[in-house]
Amino acid sequence: MLAMDFDSGILSDEPRLMMFHHTTLENGLEVIAELNDRAHSVAAGFFVKTGSRDEMADLAGVSHFLEHMIFKGTPRRDALTVNRDFDRVGAKHNAQTSEEDTFYHVTCLPEYLTPSFDVLADILRPTLREDDFETEKKVIIEEIRMYLDNPMSVAYEAAKTAHFGPHPLGNSILGTVDSITKLRVERLRDYFARRYSPANIVLGFAGKGDWGQLVELAVQHCAGWQGGPATRQADPVRGTGAFQAICREEDLQQTVVGVSDAPPLETEDRYAAHLLATILGDHTGSRLYWELIDPGLADGAELSYQDYNQAGAFFTFLSCEPGETQANLGRIAQIYRTVMAGGVTEEELNQAKNKVLARSVLRSERPMGRLASLGFQWMYRRAYLTLEAELEAFSRVTLGDLRRLLRDWPLWPMTIVSVGPTTDVHQPK
Amino acid sequence: MPDTAPATIEQHEYSNGLVLVGEVMPGVQSAAFTLLIPAGAAYEVADSVNVGGGAATMVAEWITRGAGSRDSRELLTALDNLGVSHSESAQTLHTSLSAATLGRNLVPALEIFADVVLQPHCDDEEVEPIRALCLQNLRSLEDDPGTKVIYELRRRHFPEPWGRPSPGTVEGISGLTGDALRRFYHAVYRPNGAILGVAGAIDWPRLKDAVGRLFGDWKPRPDPHLSEKPGGPRRDHILRETQQIQIALAHPSATVVSPDYYRARAAVAILGGYSSARLFTEVREKRGLCYSVYASYESQRARAAMLCYAGTSSDRAQETLDVIIAEVQRLGREGIEPEELETMRAGLKSSLIMAQESSMSRSSALASDWYFLGRVRPLEEISTELDALTPRSVSDYAAGFVHMRDLTILTLGPTALRFPVDSEV
Repeated sequence: MLAMDFDSGILSDEPRLMMFHHTTLENGLEVIAELNDRAHSVAAGFFVKTGSRDEMADLAGVSHFLEHMIFKGTPRRDALTVNRDFDRVGAKHNAQTSEEDTFYHVTCLPEYLTPSFDVLADILRPTLREDDFETEKKVIIEEIRMYLDNPMSVAYEAAKTAHFGPHPLGNSILGTVDSITKLRVERLRDYFARRYSPANIVLGFAGKGDWGQLVELAVQHCAGWQGGPATRQADPVRGTGAFQAICREEDLQQTVVGVSDAPPLETEDRYAAHLLATILGDHTGSRLYWELIDPGLADGAELSYQDYNQAGAFFTFLSCEPGETQANLGRIAQIYRTVMAGGVTEEELNQAKNKVLARSVLRSERPMGRLASLGFQWMYRRAYLTLEAELEAFSRVTLGDLRRLLRDWPLWPMTIVSVGPTTDVHQPK
Repeated sequence: MPDTAPATIEQHEYSNGLVLVGEVMPGVQSAAFTLLIPAGAAYEVADSVNVGGGAATMVAEWITRGAGSRDSRELLTALDNLGVSHSESAQTLHTSLSAATLGRNLVPALEIFADVVLQPHCDDEEVEPIRALCLQNLRSLEDDPGTKVIYELRRRHFPEPWGRPSPGTVEGISGLTGDALRRFYHAVYRPNGAILGVAGAIDWPRLKDAVGRLFGDWKPRPDPHLSEKPGGPRRDHILRETQQIQIALAHPSATVVSPDYYRARAAVAILGGYSSARLFTEVREKRGLCYSVYASYESQRARAAMLCYAGTSSDRAQETLDVIIAEVQRLGREGIEPEELETMRAGLKSSLIMAQESSMSRSSALASDWYFLGRVRPLEEISTELDALTPRSVSDYAAGFVHMRDLTILTLGPTALRFPVDSEV
């Protein structure tokens, strides 16, 4: 086993506050940990590199379905026992599926890590019983219907599909009522066997713990996992710039999602992209805020940056009165054209850096807040970045970097999907 | 209960009635505060005030749009430069101003918020933009059935004005003038009854002096009188063309100040507080009836409730409602198992200890404890109370759940459901 140690004192005078460790088990499972003796809890998580972009069309929604099925039991535990064994030690557990990853995590008090991890590792080798599969199918269809009652979810899903076209990043995470109804348990088992191999998983820990004990736990529970390497086809993609208006007569507000291309997670430009999104579209104090929210022209107007494996996107979110939609799209176009032509000011850049710094520190005070960042950095970049190093990368971004970013990744024109009572909306000139 | 790093809790009451509660948290670099002002939507109908529904929310927005020496843009910019994450919102009883930032920026942030509370500009030209924003928020709320149903449940379950929804009404917001909003601000924004909870990397003596300097000139005012009227109806359906039917129930519960508080919290948690709790097990895991189902607890000083929620398709909604009611009844009739009590304890204790990692959650817990109890409960006290619970004591408390007449049931969606009648049980 290889082992590396780093240390850092996160924004603090005290040395060696955080310790980073890494090892790889013989079956290819990578284990990482950032340990902090002053934490009250410890978080553990399995990062599985699989999501909706890894699904063929006839498997739409299988990654997310599998996330549900993981909690339905193993040879040692049925679903009720899984829930009970987490809860009886007060462990907070959850999972999430994205376009690219499925992330299972638990946070508990340090003295309960052993029993909590016993459950978390156990469920990553599930039984996938057919009767559980049929019951869970109903739950997932309800989850899909719940999101269908949420205009922003409908617009977001449709906008991704419109923007990425046939590229798998346009796939729906949840799938559809139809695709889920037709899915068969054999296909789900086959998908599991292909995607949940140890070499396609990173195990991360953050918070209070002892590295020797963590490695022991990992070996004890995961060394026997088998499976060959899994691959992902991650082709670069550029958006379509399409326009779509979906009628939902029952809605009162109009909801719009816009998508523009952005740098992929493999580049250092992601720091500049995040700052640009903060300057233009943070929920408060941004250019979109002053232009649309402050005057009461909209009740939601934000821009956010999402990085993907070999791709990236700026998402624009708008919620406003139906009759004001066209004019608001024109205002957004104007804001984006202005910044593309003239860049941002030094003052705006500094404000954005201050916001990002404070929010990062706040989020990182909880082990769970650190775990996600650690795991994804390792999975895609094989890199450990201390919080300090990450903040340093943000602080290095210059006005010139933002000008170059805007030249390479123009925000306008963008793919637009409008959802709501009016279809009298069109692509602004 | 495991060892936790020692946190020190301090408190001070200023001569104008404002209470400062602080907790120095070892090992964090952030600091956060929660300022609770008794200026929530309930006061819109105070005898001396009487303004339209939505005034509290509009004023909470208005006061941030320029205060002290800063105009609206300068104020937000100053907060951004300090890296302050903040939110200002009116709830039913309180208007809450909360913020978090690096510890070294806490006092500069408080200086800005002191202006917001004591010296807001309240410019008339801001009223129309705020009205437009609040009307749109109301429309967005209509497009969000899961949130809407909970507001409407509280309105029906609690006597007025204790269930009054803070987003207001279209009529209320449309009719509010700048003068009416100013009258609301002057009548209800007051230091008597206000609580400032601060937690994180703080220097207590310096904080205490700074708060005294910043908020010392805040003049006390008489507490406005609120008259209570009955809520209801107890059984209701809101017609909406949605994919799912929203099901929401409320049952009276013991308040935080009640000697039954811990028994009430235990009963709610065992019914629907986590994934092995009864509702999740019976409704979702065993029957696959819905994705989201839970029970939660909420309290005011004089009344509290257990809320239950589920959202599901029309063809399965009746069974979902029936199973939820059957589970509430079963808890009342048969009580709880010893193992369920252990699980509930482990979950609550873990949550309490993990909250020690977040200055934001501690600052709000400090303000909340002070509001209810006039003191902050140490972790050991809560732990001891939880340890003192027995299956029998919790079961005795839950026996009250069999009274269906106390239950408020509200559904929202395309079709109404059959509600149980009181005599059925």
